[in-house]
Amino acid sequence: MSESYVTPDGRTIGGKVLEMRNITLRFGGVVAIKDISFDIREGEIRAIIGPNGAGKSSMLNVINGFYHPQDGEIWFHGEKRKPMKPYQIAKQGIARTFQNIALFKGMSTLDNIMTGRFNQMKTNMALQMIWKGPAEREEQENREIVEKVIDFLEIQAIRKTPVGALPYGLQKRVELGRALAAQPRLLLLDEPMAGMNVEEKEDMSRFILDVNDEFGTTIALIEHDMGVVMDISDRVVVMDYGKKIGDGSPDEVRNNQAVIDAYLGVDHG
Amino acid sequence: MVSKRNILPEGLDTFPKLLARNAKQWANVPAYREKEFGIWQSWTWSQVAEEVDALAMGYLALGLNEGDYVAIIGRNRPYLYWAMLAAQAAGAIPVPLYQDANAEEMAYVLEHCGARFIVAEDQEQVDKVLEIQDGLPAVEQIIYYDKRGMRKYEHTHLNAYEHVQAEGRAGNQRLAPVLAERQAKLGEDSTCVMLYTSGTTGKPKGVVLSNTNIIASAKASAEFDHLNAGDSVLAYLPMAWVGDFIFSIGQSCWTGFCVACPESPETMQADLREIGPSYFFAPPRFFEGLLTNVMIRIEDASPLKKRLFHKFMAHAKKVGPDLLDGKPVSFIDRLKYRIGDFLIYGPLKNTLGLSKVRVGYTAGEAIGPEIFEFYRSLGINLKQLYGQTEASVFITQQPDGQVRADTVGVPSPGVELKIADNGEVFYRSPGVFVEYYKNAESTADTKDAEGWVATGDAGFIEESSGHLRIIDRAKDVGKMADGGMFAPKFVENKLKFFPNILEAVVFGDGRETCTAFINIDLNAVANWAERNNVAYGSYQELAGHKQVYDTIQSHIEEVNKSVALDPMLSGCQVHRFLVLHKELDPDDGEMTRTRKVRRKIVGEKFNDLVDALYSDATKVSTETEVTYEDGRKGAIKATLELRDVAVVPVVKEVAA
Repeated sequence: MSESYVTPDGRTIGGKVLEMRNITLRFGGVVAIKDISFDIREGEIRAIIGPNGAGKSSMLNVINGFYHPQDGEIWFHGEKRKPMKPYQIAKQGIARTFQNIALFKGMSTLDNIMTGRFNQMKTNMALQMIWKGPAEREEQENREIVEKVIDFLEIQAIRKTPVGALPYGLQKRVELGRALAAQPRLLLLDEPMAGMNVEEKEDMSRFILDVNDEFGTTIALIEHDMGVVMDISDRVVVMDYGKKIGDGSPDEVRNNQAVIDAYLGVDHG
Repeated sequence: MVSKRNILPEGLDTFPKLLARNAKQWANVPAYREKEFGIWQSWTWSQVAEEVDALAMGYLALGLNEGDYVAIIGRNRPYLYWAMLAAQAAGAIPVPLYQDANAEEMAYVLEHCGARFIVAEDQEQVDKVLEIQDGLPAVEQIIYYDKRGMRKYEHTHLNAYEHVQAEGRAGNQRLAPVLAERQAKLGEDSTCVMLYTSGTTGKPKGVVLSNTNIIASAKASAEFDHLNAGDSVLAYLPMAWVGDFIFSIGQSCWTGFCVACPESPETMQADLREIGPSYFFAPPRFFEGLLTNVMIRIEDASPLKKRLFHKFMAHAKKVGPDLLDGKPVSFIDRLKYRIGDFLIYGPLKNTLGLSKVRVGYTAGEAIGPEIFEFYRSLGINLKQLYGQTEASVFITQQPDGQVRADTVGVPSPGVELKIADNGEVFYRSPGVFVEYYKNAESTADTKDAEGWVATGDAGFIEESSGHLRIIDRAKDVGKMADGGMFAPKFVENKLKFFPNILEAVVFGDGRETCTAFINIDLNAVANWAERNNVAYGSYQELAGHKQVYDTIQSHIEEVNKSVALDPMLSGCQVHRFLVLHKELDPDDGEMTRTRKVRRKIVGEKFNDLVDALYSDATKVSTETEVTYEDGRKGAIKATLELRDVAVVPVVKEVAA
């Protein structure tokens, strides 16, 4: 594939943001990811799909530094990435959401999203406690960014509600909000639509497309709902048993025999 | 014929002139507020005048002509109010539409008024317009406010609001004289706004209101309630509704008070509390819902709080309304009320966001006396008014100190009333509309040559107080078999005041006796069932429960007692009833979208049940088709109990 391409709906997708080269990840004797290579390009929505246990979440965890692969290289913006801690990677502009919601249940929506700005805050704790001068200014600046996220996700009405009291679909939205508050260049979404009803899925799809369109954020997502994946993503990686079995546009993937076999099962007899 | 000439003060007979005066007189007084990004943003009158001028000149740059119609679609936002003011400034006529209207309803109105310009709030509204644009050759320009998601649209006829304003500002030199020239031509007879009636019967009609209509009504009503530049109001009711136009544009421009717009429809309650308006309007349903919430939360409060609440509320009920009306109250009672105010009423009003309300109105439908008294006993000056789009809202309203739950007040300043022989109410005032747009026939049907307008409501003027009482829609009022008056809504409203009853439909036109269908209020009845350990599996089962029937029966018997007291309507007592096995629903055509029961359709659809009510049977089996939210259809079967109710014997007065 050439350096950049144009999607059917007219967006120009740029060069490689992230490139995974021959990644292998082992837990003791279990090989979670086997020699996988793929790339994510500037401005695209990239889906990673596969049956349960295929290694999708492990792949996201490798990208954001939770796991360190035994073999392979990760190239980020044209540079080979050294092993890093997750917070260092977050500082490089990679944010994520989790498969099982990981919010602070006793804190309000606003405070939860505010934590997404933590990495961008520079004043020290003592100053923040006095809340004068730079600390106050900094909080105001960050609050402004957070309020824009709240406006964007249309969750003004739950700004002050403790997150634990919210329905599941809204909690997912708050989690997306926290990731967006970090103003990431690359956003990783781990099953953003799991457990949602049709209407909530439609809303979430709309938000994902809008994030991509309005802020130009590159998005990598794991999702089980094939309809959603085929509708919103530009390119799809298919994994099965830790291996890559397909990679391409939704149409190419849909017609790939290995993918069909993995999803529908094949006769081993 | 009442002369309409020179009703308005010189120099204040159009909105551009009012705006210019406000920008000078109250240059630094907030005119509009809106909560955005968690903060209340505000604009002073001088800023508003600048924004409006910039947009008006932008309209000119895009080629808006004098007399054009500009459709405005969206929720209450300052920008959209300015879009209306700017249309007037440029010699055009604003036409606000209901933002939740579907594309088809919108298409009818846009086609009917032939709007060339459309100002839409956001992508959702633009999409609706684009969907129907093929059938609307007149539409030339669409202006949108919220840019989100709009980047990829084809922009030959689409413009962002701020770009239109920028264009207007850039062309100031060239366009300002044109604007001034157009404004000079406007006067008190120019059309101020065109509002479409919601159309419960037939297609919506475009009500043309002149500057005289709106400004005279705004002026009279503002003086009636002593509104001034220090007041504030929360604008949350649909912009297409005449009331919002009068409050948020008419009275606001006349008196200079501040209009605050909520952050989003869902945050209205929180925003209400933050703004604490001094002037507030809400339909009865809003006050009912609020009271229900309060009561549910009190049930969950600690025993001490609960006891305090009930004790002081009982006291408030006793003396609160009298205090509000300025009637004599003993010193001890006053003192007790002050303590109650400190402990209960004050904090409660603050929570509800009604602490500062000096003038509150409810209208649109009858409000339950209990609910009405509750708010008044807290010291909230809630009053009723009776109005119509065709009257620029005000027909009657209650003056301070003469407020009652069962009347709608005395004629508003400048309004004359008369009651026709069949009981229909007619009025004449400076606010009476000019005409229905492109519909001379309907205009002639509604307004006669002398300017009297038929309201379509039946009512009478109470001799003791001079207040108007509305009985029912004139076309629903019928005759019982014995010649007595049949007013179903009168009885239904009394029934609906019981929290357990959501809807009631009373039959009896041309019959010996009246009967009723009852819809239970699932929230209230389910709550009762939970507290009393009544098990049920479905709505249908709960509705058919014996104890529920017993409760409803006792409610109806109480209503019968109160109906029997009315000499004209004592024949309308309910003799038999049943509790319906399904909720009446707009999706099934049984109600309008604004949740008003379609009596005739209900009667036809459930004619087997009506027949059963007028037979001797005690049970009836039926099958009903229902439409689910996604449009699929199904059927439910049920066997319903029919119950007799005790009625109060009526002694017929011997005709003289």
